[in-house]
Amino acid sequence: MSDIAIRMEHVYKKFRKGETYSSLRDLLPALTGRMFRQEELTVGDKREFWAVRDLSFEVKQGEAFGIIGHNGAGKSTALKMLSRVMKPTKGQMVVNGRLSALIEVSAGFHQDLTGRENIFLNGTILGMTKREIQSKLDQIIAFSGIEEFIDTPVKRYSSGMYARLGFSVAAHVDPEVLIVDEVLSVGDYAFQQRCIERMREVLRSGAAVLFVSHNLKMVAEFCHRCLLLEKGQTVMIGTPQEVIGTYLQKPSNVPAVNDNSVPVIISSVKIRSQAGECMQFRSGEKAWVDIELTARQRCNKLAVTLYILDDKLAEIFDTSTDLLGQGNFDLDEGDAYRCTFEVSLNLADGTYHPSVLIYRRDIQMIYDKWEPAATIYVSSGGGVRGIANCFPQVIRQEIRQATDAALVGGV
Amino acid sequence: MKEELKELYRYRELLYMIAYRDIRVRYKQSIMGFMWAILMPVLIVLSGVVVRFGYAMASHAPLKTADIASVAVKSLPWAFLVSSIRFACLSLVNNKDLVTKIYFPKEIFPIAAVLASFFDFVVASGALIIFFLVLRVGWSPYLVWVPPLLLTMMLLAAGIGMIVSAASLYFRDVKFIVEVFLTFGIFFTPVFYDASMFGDKGKWLLLNPISPILDGFGASVARHQSPDLTWFVYSVVCAVLIFVGGYVFFKHLEPGFAESI
Repeated sequence: MSDIAIRMEHVYKKFRKGETYSSLRDLLPALTGRMFRQEELTVGDKREFWAVRDLSFEVKQGEAFGIIGHNGAGKSTALKMLSRVMKPTKGQMVVNGRLSALIEVSAGFHQDLTGRENIFLNGTILGMTKREIQSKLDQIIAFSGIEEFIDTPVKRYSSGMYARLGFSVAAHVDPEVLIVDEVLSVGDYAFQQRCIERMREVLRSGAAVLFVSHNLKMVAEFCHRCLLLEKGQTVMIGTPQEVIGTYLQKPSNVPAVNDNSVPVIISSVKIRSQAGECMQFRSGEKAWVDIELTARQRCNKLAVTLYILDDKLAEIFDTSTDLLGQGNFDLDEGDAYRCTFEVSLNLADGTYHPSVLIYRRDIQMIYDKWEPAATIYVSSGGGVRGIANCFPQVIRQEIRQATDAALVGGV
Repeated sequence: MKEELKELYRYRELLYMIAYRDIRVRYKQSIMGFMWAILMPVLIVLSGVVVRFGYAMASHAPLKTADIASVAVKSLPWAFLVSSIRFACLSLVNNKDLVTKIYFPKEIFPIAAVLASFFDFVVASGALIIFFLVLRVGWSPYLVWVPPLLLTMMLLAAGIGMIVSAASLYFRDVKFIVEVFLTFGIFFTPVFYDASMFGDKGKWLLLNPISPILDGFGASVARHQSPDLTWFVYSVVCAVLIFVGGYVFFKHLEPGFAESI
């Protein structure tokens, strides 16, 4: 028995871009057309792209392995191939032992069934036997923390309760290989901690954990080794510190628009701290964002917007040259434009994506957008959770003992 | 194929669970649930009685109890087949989340649809037994034919179910085509009539593999006779071929389900 839990060897996955025929109504005329007129049958779009290219790695038993990368880098595709939902186009893949995937934990829920019934349903879907579920039922219910509502149909649950019940079931599967994809973003902080604790238990039992997340902090804390994926290809495999470092230095500066009809494009976005260009900031630190534009045609009434996305790509902050009272500007063909925003990063720990767009103010037309223009990592040294850092301090704390109060009352 | 069947066997608990889910959800509003099981067979039996009454009027022959019993006993397996195929057809598309996110043998969905419909069949059979007691249809040792007939029907339903479910995952209009066949199929299948009414030409009707099964039900339950063995064997062979063909077809397409749905 080897101690390798997962082995991927030169795995490729190809997808077709665009729509294929999704109804016979469209396919049959195309087929008959080909029969009679010798037309070429264009099943869907001929353009293909490789979602994953030459992916190889090994995960040992008892090891936590992280995969990070920008959206669309191929992380989820890799996981789907591992969990056998998708088949690799090329390459070899070995998984030793019972595999459990926490990809979408409440996928198996049925709205009309009660929480209890859904535990059985989802547990079976995740590969547990009925007897196993029966024996763990109390633990599962206790873990989810929704004892009161366990016999209520899940359609009446809040989204948080829903996700918690889903995770509780999934967390009790006792896998030999566990795949976790971004499920921890649901639930509150306390629940997330419980989940991490549970994943540690699974690890201690000798199972391998494959962890995919945008939450770099969690990856750094939890994983032994880490893989950085970019555009379907492996950039590097190493310790989380090394890999996250590389990841943060490599913002995906992919221009959103790249044809010549666009009159003005963003040519560069750089982020620096007092010390110079950098990607790691302390909470509250000042950052400067240098933006350069190039005009290809004459354009009027322009303004530049800087906005920041959090790790779930939700916008948390937005400003523009216009909002800041700089008015609009006009550019002639060939003109270059440069501006610098100064922002204070009053943000809590996490990964953030500063993004930039250029638009014409009067008709609200967006010409070019870099989203994200960069990825930065903010650390506060603890003490705060959430997105914003309001720099809290406890300046007074006092305990008034009940016995004293009673005494005072008695007098 | 052997490996795949083994895997299906390993996942049998999931099969029961999905079938249980489908039944549970359907019977959640208990009155509507039982209605569902009874409604379609009752309507088919009633329309069969009307049609049979018309024959009797036209041919000046009296309408016999055995004729009504025969229509009734054939309606149930027909209703079972229709509802199996109807539910199986949408079973993959309606479980999109599970198809794209979690691995297990996906033929569980169409097969579970057949099992859930079988439950309806059992409920309706209960009602039919009461009806037959009232009609004093009686019984005979030929009832032993019922289990093999049913099994053949289930194989056929599962085979067709796997084909249409996979096809409707790729082509969304398959369900409309299936629906047309389910609606008009009854006229090409001896439910309201018996193939024997057509004399020599009846054998053309029996080429439809469902026909000998239904005829067999009529013979063994209502007329206390043995089913026509040759035709029954023909149906069994067809059912096995359709099931195996459907299974191979389904398994061949299965790897593409997650990205095509």
